[in-house]
Amino acid sequence: MTAARPPGEPRRVAYLYLLPAFAVYAAFLLFPIGRAVQFSLYDWDGLSLGRWVGLDNYAAIVADEGLRAAFGHALVLIVFYALGPLVIGLGLAAILNHAKVRGLGFFRTVVFLPQVVAMVVVAVAWRRVYAPDGTLNTLLGALGLDALTRGWLGDYTFALPAVGVVGTWFETGLVTVLLLAGMSRIPGELYEAARLDGAGAVREFFAVTLPSVRGEIAVALTLTVIAALRTFDLVYITTRGGPGDSTSVPSYEVYHRAFGLSQVGSAAAIGVTLTVVIFVISFGINRFADRRVT
Amino acid sequence: MISRGERVANYVILSVFAAFALFPIVTILAAALGPADSGGTAGLGNFAAAWEIGRFGTYLRTSLMVSAFVVVVSVLLSIMSGYAFGTMRFRGQSVLFYLFMLGIMMPSEAVAVPLYFDLRTLGLIDTFWSVALPQVALSVAFGTFWMRAYFRASNRAIVEAARIDGASTWRILWQVLVPPARPALVTLTVLVFMWTWNEFLIPLIMVTSESLRTAPLGLAFFQGQYTSGFTLLAAGSVIVATPVVIFYLFLQRHFVRGLLQGAVRE
Repeated sequence: MTAARPPGEPRRVAYLYLLPAFAVYAAFLLFPIGRAVQFSLYDWDGLSLGRWVGLDNYAAIVADEGLRAAFGHALVLIVFYALGPLVIGLGLAAILNHAKVRGLGFFRTVVFLPQVVAMVVVAVAWRRVYAPDGTLNTLLGALGLDALTRGWLGDYTFALPAVGVVGTWFETGLVTVLLLAGMSRIPGELYEAARLDGAGAVREFFAVTLPSVRGEIAVALTLTVIAALRTFDLVYITTRGGPGDSTSVPSYEVYHRAFGLSQVGSAAAIGVTLTVVIFVISFGINRFADRRVT
Repeated sequence: MISRGERVANYVILSVFAAFALFPIVTILAAALGPADSGGTAGLGNFAAAWEIGRFGTYLRTSLMVSAFVVVVSVLLSIMSGYAFGTMRFRGQSVLFYLFMLGIMMPSEAVAVPLYFDLRTLGLIDTFWSVALPQVALSVAFGTFWMRAYFRASNRAIVEAARIDGASTWRILWQVLVPPARPALVTLTVLVFMWTWNEFLIPLIMVTSESLRTAPLGLAFFQGQYTSGFTLLAAGSVIVATPVVIFYLFLQRHFVRGLLQGAVRE
């Protein structure tokens, strides 16, 4: 966010150009988020008259073990959605950037493909992979690792990591493409200089590549962390929060409470909290990136 | 300068990852083309069966209508609002811009619940509008940001020349600024189409009648009904995914280029 003035001169007509977009935006996003804050202060079942409870719904997020767990699961998913893809994506992009690999275009298309496929379809496909008689267990059996086979999504310990791996699969392509864009802007002389100084591939990566793509890392982290915190379709289709509540996440709780348990106030409070968490983390990542650059 | 060993290692790593990326997609394609669970036919017949039994024709039509509406309206509104933010100066500019920025981060999970209850009061639940309009709002926030970045970087001299020739702001926008913006607009269109087609929560909450189900929602319900077999479910999944994949593959070159230019431009 620069403080620089936009070009152009004072123009009242600007308001007319803004009006249509702002009207839809205000009616269907700004107003509802205000209403969400209002709902969150009531104990309301969606039908009868609500009862004012102040901040009780927010206190419950801290006190209720199940809700605390849901937010905790979202944090675990960040590791799979954001950190995993970042590490893998850095490696892939570094290779793609200057290894002069044949079939670069094909590879870029393939890794980005998961982003394009609807999450519902992704979830259906991965359910098949994880099923007791699914592809993963068949593969393990063929490798002689029968001891490891299980119903992955029904396992208390492995269900959440199993959902997380889908996130890694889904986000890595996006991260790779973004990082590749940043790396392709690094002047070739920097690499030649590093190689002449006797740096190997690893030294070169840490000395030249990594510092040059901070901006792209920030963008990639912002997008993937938000995606992790917002996970809904995937959980809805694969586990519905189970087994037990071992894979419940905040956005699933919002849906479940509002439309399954008729606890609209509590659902709204979770939604508002989720929004605040997303704002704080996004600003944090971007401030961190800005400070490091200057 | 790259050693043979390093080169081989690179190919191995890339191949392993490509396999990982394609594995679930191949799984589902193979299942869709494989023999039906009930021992019926293999091959393309499964798609016809899924289309028939799963009513994917209806769902695709709804998805196409919603997506077309959201793309056209939100791109038009974003062009206009991005134009104002990118090339004009006015009171309250930064406050308004930050308001739009909030919308980029706002999760639909937070607004969907109050929207449901307010739209229910207005009698708009279970209509085309309850699915389409919230998504226009979500897309317009990003679109404004995207087009603002583009118009800010546009050529000022040509705009000034057109102004001196007496062109109105409206004509300058559509005749001077929009034509060269085609790459940025293609990227925005692909993104909005992709998000709208794939959106799940908003249709899930807003719609109860089957004729208004979008394709992903139809697939989710189909999954609930067909727990026994996988072939038809896989075929249905392919049907739901295909329009966006085709759109992406078709515009891939332009799309990725636009994405790369736009991502870190701020």
